[in-house]
Amino acid sequence: MPILWKQILKGMRYFETLFLCLEETTKTNEKVSALIDYLSSVPDEDKMWMIGIFSGRRPKRTVSTKNLRRWAAEKADIPLWLFEDSYHIVGDLSETIALLLPPTAIEVQKSLNEWIQLILSLDKMEEDEQREMVFYAWDSLNTSSRFIFNKLITGGFRVGVSQKLMAKALAEFTHIDPSDIALKLMGEWSPLTYSFQSLIENEENEGSHSRPYPFHLAYSINEVTDLKGEPADWVAEYKWDGIRGQAIFRHGQYFLWSRGEELITDKFPEFEHLISVIPPGTVLDGEILPFKDGLILPFQHIQTRVTRKKITPAILKVNPVVFRVYDLLEWEGKDIRSKPFIERRTLLDQLFTSIDSSLPLQLSPVLPFDEFDELKILREASSENGSEGLMLKNKHSTYSAGRKKGEWWKWKIDPFTVDAILIYAQSGHGRRANLYTDFTFAVYSPEGDLLPFTKAYSGLTDKEFIEINKWIKKNTLERFGPVRKVTAELVFEIAFEGIQESKRHKSGIALRFPRMVRWRKDKVVAEANTLEDLQLLLKKSR
Amino acid sequence: MTNKGLLVHTALGLYCPKADVYLDPWKPVKKAILSHGHADHARWGSSSYLCTPTAAPVIKYRLGEINLETLPFGEEKLINGVSFSFHPAGHILGSAQIKVSYKGEIVVFSGDYKTANDGFSEAFEPVKCHTFITESTFGLPVYHWQDQKWVFNEMEEWFKNNRNNGQLSILYGYSLGKAQRILQGLPESVGPIFTHSTIEAVLNVMRNQGVSLKNTMPVNEHLTRAELLSGVIIAPPAVQNSNWLKKFEPIRNGVVSGWMALRGARRRRNADKGFVLSDHADWEGLNEAISLTGAENVFVTHGYTDILSKWLIDKGLNAHPLETNFEGDEVL
Repeated sequence: MPILWKQILKGMRYFETLFLCLEETTKTNEKVSALIDYLSSVPDEDKMWMIGIFSGRRPKRTVSTKNLRRWAAEKADIPLWLFEDSYHIVGDLSETIALLLPPTAIEVQKSLNEWIQLILSLDKMEEDEQREMVFYAWDSLNTSSRFIFNKLITGGFRVGVSQKLMAKALAEFTHIDPSDIALKLMGEWSPLTYSFQSLIENEENEGSHSRPYPFHLAYSINEVTDLKGEPADWVAEYKWDGIRGQAIFRHGQYFLWSRGEELITDKFPEFEHLISVIPPGTVLDGEILPFKDGLILPFQHIQTRVTRKKITPAILKVNPVVFRVYDLLEWEGKDIRSKPFIERRTLLDQLFTSIDSSLPLQLSPVLPFDEFDELKILREASSENGSEGLMLKNKHSTYSAGRKKGEWWKWKIDPFTVDAILIYAQSGHGRRANLYTDFTFAVYSPEGDLLPFTKAYSGLTDKEFIEINKWIKKNTLERFGPVRKVTAELVFEIAFEGIQESKRHKSGIALRFPRMVRWRKDKVVAEANTLEDLQLLLKKSR
Repeated sequence: MTNKGLLVHTALGLYCPKADVYLDPWKPVKKAILSHGHADHARWGSSSYLCTPTAAPVIKYRLGEINLETLPFGEEKLINGVSFSFHPAGHILGSAQIKVSYKGEIVVFSGDYKTANDGFSEAFEPVKCHTFITESTFGLPVYHWQDQKWVFNEMEEWFKNNRNNGQLSILYGYSLGKAQRILQGLPESVGPIFTHSTIEAVLNVMRNQGVSLKNTMPVNEHLTRAELLSGVIIAPPAVQNSNWLKKFEPIRNGVVSGWMALRGARRRRNADKGFVLSDHADWEGLNEAISLTGAENVFVTHGYTDILSKWLIDKGLNAHPLETNFEGDEVL
């Protein structure tokens, strides 16, 4: 889209225009051309910040959001409660602040880099000085630039620029191959440590030996009949419910990356010994799984491993893990991602012939089958093996960056469902700001008490939400701020991926990924599931 | 509800027992007084209606053969000793605030209103009263409207860009109110204005009542793409994502509504572009209007009732939220 910057833009307005364009369009081509327009218009520092921001490398947070909220309310001359209520409805802190502030005093033009440097300089300031600085920025910017500035401070840009898209735009701009660009964008770098030249334009840079490859991802299928080709073209594996990881062994060093491109080497010290077993010049793709006494444990056990700052020997003992490997991306120092999957897998199998089974390194087994129909049986049985379904991989597929239709499929087992009773409703955020869409559901205990056990937000149509909203208004028993307690009358079918014990919830139960599937107008509360039903599910899932 | 029970809040809507009259009733009643013709205010089935002369033709067009009387702005009508009068609300053509007085007590029901003058609807006039029943559609301090001139300039820029890219610009706005405001506000430079048939129908009702409106051309199959590209199309929100649009691709969708102030709402509406132009008062407008009535008692309806009430209470007014059946219905 040859956009507004045909006119003369100044300072951060380029970035603001880019951001608005990216948000206004869903078309890849338009996004790419907006990125290229931006890259052609701004100095190198602003290019780097743009790439950094859209790949999650935001500037360090220097001001607490609590202070920002206070200062914004002060500047807007409204009480804090009104600020908070507005925030709840708008759903985005940066946007709320930008909209609430009084009109711009004198507009000042600074580049993206200059504003970010100002934000970084807040770090060493006293609170009063910080406040003055933030007020200065707010006074100098118009509403949409303020929004960008606030986003830079709070770091919450969530706009759809995938790695693939960014690589595509940069490749067109620099005439470098997109897969080279994608590789350069991976791993640990920040706009403060790298220049555009050193990161993108130079052949090699010093961080390159720790750099992971972009992860290949799978699409979901619902039916095995969706698979193309012959059964012999496909490999079936279990789909593991852990943390996707890439283990890099290069130059006598070892690095472990998560799919979110976080370096998680320190969180899993037990893998460090693998340096002596795996030859340098090897990169493995697999899943980190909580694993004890020959069994895969529920996902919650691995959560402690990633959330704790320090991994103590006690944690290692209580929550041991294994790395279950399913792909080989680099072998003998060579990038082999362009080899067909089956060749990579054969090399991987050979590597594992020399791995001691006492090590926390395992090979994800290939599941033999002759007919597609057999996959159905394998899938049904997958939960007994601690997995959440099947992975189906095309034998001829290369390991490309991101998702590609027809290469890797995930075929998950059907979610659990329960029928539960709506008891609280809260108005939604953002696009559902003036509808009650955040619901709390309960089941009856054997004593006849209604026990809340889960919240759910999504899964109904806008039309259904409007109908339920009318009902909520007529059936409100009590109001607590934005929350309404309603008559226990409506029954909803809730789907979820997993069920765990929880000491934090009164019901003793916590669900993974709960969502509403249907409004069960055909059911009355007496027909809903009960706490006993949930406890039975919990027992079965262990 | 009000001090001496002049108006009460019932399941059918606001009711004046002394005069046996309902204001914008939700269901059929004997006597209905209407603030304006939008569907959530003017409902079918009552035995008799009263509205302003400028609002009447569209209400008749929409509700069919009804028993409708009109009362010009500022004139009084006595019903069993209770005085009723209409005062401009500035929301759409013919929209009124309804003033109800009896034995020295004055209650004003705002209907929907905006304080800014759009140059087409009769401009809002504050009315002194003891009790003010105000709408609060945009009753949050995040809503702050720009001057409409600024918005029309923004539209002009947008059309130009789209035209350069060979994309047809379509603006979405309600056929009653927003469509006329867009039509009258667009600068001449945008070229011919094409309309969807439901909008054209309302425009023709207004033309027949003697309202001066710009020329429009209903979209029809004889128009070439080049002709359409030389202008813009105005269509009601309901046709967005409908088959009607398929033949116009490539197009750009511009949604014209106060809700477009929030990014979340823009995404929800699938708008390529949101133009923030509302026929309701913004936060400042609501506060200004409430303060100009001099009312001690304020009832807040239609919108962010709880928040605006709490804010007014903080400011020392006697304010209460008032629920309506139609909250949450209002998307535009």
